[in-house]
Amino acid sequence: MAGASNPKIIVIGGGLAGLSAVIKIAEKGGHVDLFSIVPVKRSHSVCAQGGINAAKNLKGEGDSAWQHFDDTVYGGDFLANQPPVKSMCEAAPGIIDLLDRMGVPFNRTPEGLLDFRRFGGTLYHRTAFAGATTGQQLLYALDEQVRRHESEGSVTKYEHWEFLSAVLDGKRVCRGICAMDLRSMEVRTFPADAVIIATGGIGAIFGKSTNSVVCTGSAQSALYQQGCYYANGEFIQVHPTSIPGEDKLRLMSESARGEGGRVWVPKQKDDKRDPLSIPELERWYFLEEWYPKYGNLVPRDVATRAIHKVVYEHGLGIDGQPAAYLDLTHVDRATLDRKLEGILEIYEKFVGDDPRETPMKIFPGMHYTMGGLWVDFKQATNIPGLFAAGECEYQYHGANRLGANSLVSCIFGGFTAGPNALAYAKGLAKSAAGVDSSHFDSERKRQVEINAGLMLSDGSENPFRLWRELGELMTRNCTVIRYNKALQETDAKICEFLERFKHINLSDKTNWANTSVVFARQLYNMLQLSRVIAQGAALRNESRGAHYKPDFPERDDKNWLKTTKVSFAPDADEPKFEFEPVDSSLIPPRPRRYDMAK
Amino acid sequence: MNRELRTENSTRTVLFKIKRQASPGSQAYWEEFELPWKRHMNVISSLMDIAANPVTREGKPTTPLTYDSNCLEEVCGSCAMLINGRARMACSALVDNLEQPIRLEPLSKFPVVRDLAVDRSVLFENLKAVKAWIPLDGTYDLGAGPRMSQKQQEEAYPLSRCISCCCCMEVCPQFNEHTGFVGAATISQVRLFNTHPTGEMMKHERLTALMGDGGIQECGYAQNCVEACPKDIPLTRSISDVGREVMKQAVTDFFRR
Ligand SMILES: Cc1cc2nc3c(=O)[nH]c(=O)nc-3n(C[C@H](O)[C@H](O)[C@H](O)COP(=O)(O)OP(=O)(O)OC[C@H]3O[C@@H](n4cnc5c(N)ncnc54)[C@H](O)[C@@H]3O)c2cc1C
Ligand code: SF4
Ligand code: SF4
Ligand code: FES
Repeated sequence: MAGASNPKIIVIGGGLAGLSAVIKIAEKGGHVDLFSIVPVKRSHSVCAQGGINAAKNLKGEGDSAWQHFDDTVYGGDFLANQPPVKSMCEAAPGIIDLLDRMGVPFNRTPEGLLDFRRFGGTLYHRTAFAGATTGQQLLYALDEQVRRHESEGSVTKYEHWEFLSAVLDGKRVCRGICAMDLRSMEVRTFPADAVIIATGGIGAIFGKSTNSVVCTGSAQSALYQQGCYYANGEFIQVHPTSIPGEDKLRLMSESARGEGGRVWVPKQKDDKRDPLSIPELERWYFLEEWYPKYGNLVPRDVATRAIHKVVYEHGLGIDGQPAAYLDLTHVDRATLDRKLEGILEIYEKFVGDDPRETPMKIFPGMHYTMGGLWVDFKQATNIPGLFAAGECEYQYHGANRLGANSLVSCIFGGFTAGPNALAYAKGLAKSAAGVDSSHFDSERKRQVEINAGLMLSDGSENPFRLWRELGELMTRNCTVIRYNKALQETDAKICEFLERFKHINLSDKTNWANTSVVFARQLYNMLQLSRVIAQGAALRNESRGAHYKPDFPERDDKNWLKTTKVSFAPDADEPKFEFEPVDSSLIPPRPRRYDMAK
Repeated sequence: MNRELRTENSTRTVLFKIKRQASPGSQAYWEEFELPWKRHMNVISSLMDIAANPVTREGKPTTPLTYDSNCLEEVCGSCAMLINGRARMACSALVDNLEQPIRLEPLSKFPVVRDLAVDRSVLFENLKAVKAWIPLDGTYDLGAGPRMSQKQQEEAYPLSRCISCCCCMEVCPQFNEHTGFVGAATISQVRLFNTHPTGEMMKHERLTALMGDGGIQECGYAQNCVEACPKDIPLTRSISDVGREVMKQAVTDFFRR
């Protein structure tokens, strides 16, 4: 059969990245099957609060795409391949215009133009925002466009379906997917000429994080175990200001600092006074003191380590607890309500105090993975026919992501992946419809057997408890500060967990909307991916961006200006590491410092 | 542990009574759970605790609860359920503010999938019917969108924060199989798109979709919806604005015939 004239593309994930890809494909006449665990409108992207970056230069500051590019590369400590970052920054202003046309209620200036705020790691007002729920507003705009395509017949949604694995033919070309209906538990294969993975972050590996519940990285891990490269897994962003909670670490967006929020602790240990009664002179604004140029708006890794240091080394955490103040009480109420209402509401709702009246208590929390599936400049993974976009891939943020750069990278990545997947599909010598059905049958069989094995297993390990142990371990050893000994112990411990996983006991053995089976499958994949993170961190003997080792405190470009690329060795059941040079052809690496202008 | 040595915190517990149902067709039943109290705990974190130790109050092993959740910060709209009889989001329902035993039930006007999870796809279908989107020529670069005043943005933004949780539909006396009423959320989205400079171009189609059976005329202005909405969306205002527009259009359509 000839190449696919009416190509069928599958997109996994309906966050910003997935929906962006869907829209481009539908618009160019392709048909998309869109899979998502949650209804796409409930994807994690709704959580993004602060905004989206684009050098529109509407504030007369002389901002430009090149400045945005330089800030991003510099903020990422030069680990990102530069050409795609440059393309993203050049496309960003057009993306904002498009979102504006789609009806995103961006905040406005008195002249009726888009308003911009300042975010971390830049000196420009470059962040467009819609109240304090920018991600929600962007996701809804894309969701509405996809609903339009759906009603016109070019998109079919499979919501409450979970991607389990890719279907690969004898030449290891991706020919479709295997997925499970989360209600009927039916396992089914779906042929496709190209597949785009847009499954988001991996927060659940750290137990509690700022991510949503379904951000487990399970899809990425499954693909890594099927032969996809996973890149820069050791780069995990810990957000400096999250609100500690029982079930999750809720984010206090960087925009709180963008609008004037100041971070401080009482100078005196165990100061029991009400924060408002502590006089200016007895407060330590350590970020402003250490980084006079950027102040409270230093990049995330820098702020996180500073708070960590003040709490653990200086012993100055509020009330002896791991916490610092984030103070907005000096900003007037009307401004706060207009620009930050959504996020202040979260604090009020979940903690019970009004941040307009009393300083908030915050502490760093796991937030974002810079690492992800390895892709080339066309968003293609190393498996032909398989593409990736969004937080699940590694391409744009190097060793540290700047605030408000993720949303733009998700949309840009989706806009790039969509047309490239379509072009690939059109160029195929043989469409998926002509592929031998045995490849589909055997993949389905493999997945059905995994389910059956879990149902039969009658050990004593509760998957949810095992997961909590994993989260605590990863948070302790693989976040802000890393030591080789602890990292090696972490990997050994994960192996122990994988052993214990064999004795899992599902307390639910029914065959309808069984969340225990689903979770156990995700847990296994989380365990495999944790090893990539821990071992990658152990190997990289330098400090760069979010990866910080006190025993190797400097960046080491001579040995480590390299992308970590990991493949899975099935026989050894282990990650296998290799390192690829970084394309620094546009901006020569220079030291990254935020105590002065760059 | 020695009884006398226990602190107040470690003995304090929280009581839940949860309505369960194994599948859409099967009989519902209740189970009780007693959990150790924790600071800032909410209904979802409690359900997570049950999953980690699925044993009822009587000590009988059971299955973890099936329920919907994702963001845990009241912005994804997943976790709506009846908590002590009230339709609300479970992730923002702090246990300390609830009377015990805390009763959890699935929303009553949507088909139960299992336990606390229900099927709310009807809202997404309704959004399709009223064409709740901006008609875009294409995603190619056509420059900036229409200018908008701060005031316009401030009116649109609150409407655009609807999380599709369906609480407003659950509490609405008119939302049932008989009327086929679309519900407040959909009407409010019509107002959002009809007031956008580009969205307005499809105003006529949206209003037409709200005419007749199941349309806006079903609303009895009981205002239950606006009280239940977790995002404080001005639903009654939307209903009266859109209602007026629908009336106006019905009249002009009549004379044009
Ligand atoms: C609290 C918070 C605030 C943030 N604020 C900002 C900000 O202000 N600015 C910014 O730029 N970035 C911000 N970020 C980062 C940004 O929100 C995310 O990186 C981005 O939204 C990820 O989008 P995505 O499309 O890649 O994935 P997601 O939005 O996470 O979507 C993933 C999709 O994949 C689906 N999925 C996952 N696994 C499977 C599977 N196995 N099978 C089927 N479907 C699956 C899910 O259902 C979902 O639809 C923030 C992040 C957090 C946590
Ligand atoms: S006003 Fe009353 S009848 Fe009308 S939508 Fe709201 S709850 Fe329903
Ligand atoms: S209008 Fe309010 S109650 Fe109704 S779906 Fe939207 S957010 Fe929920
Ligand atoms: S889990 Fe998202 S609203 Fe409750």
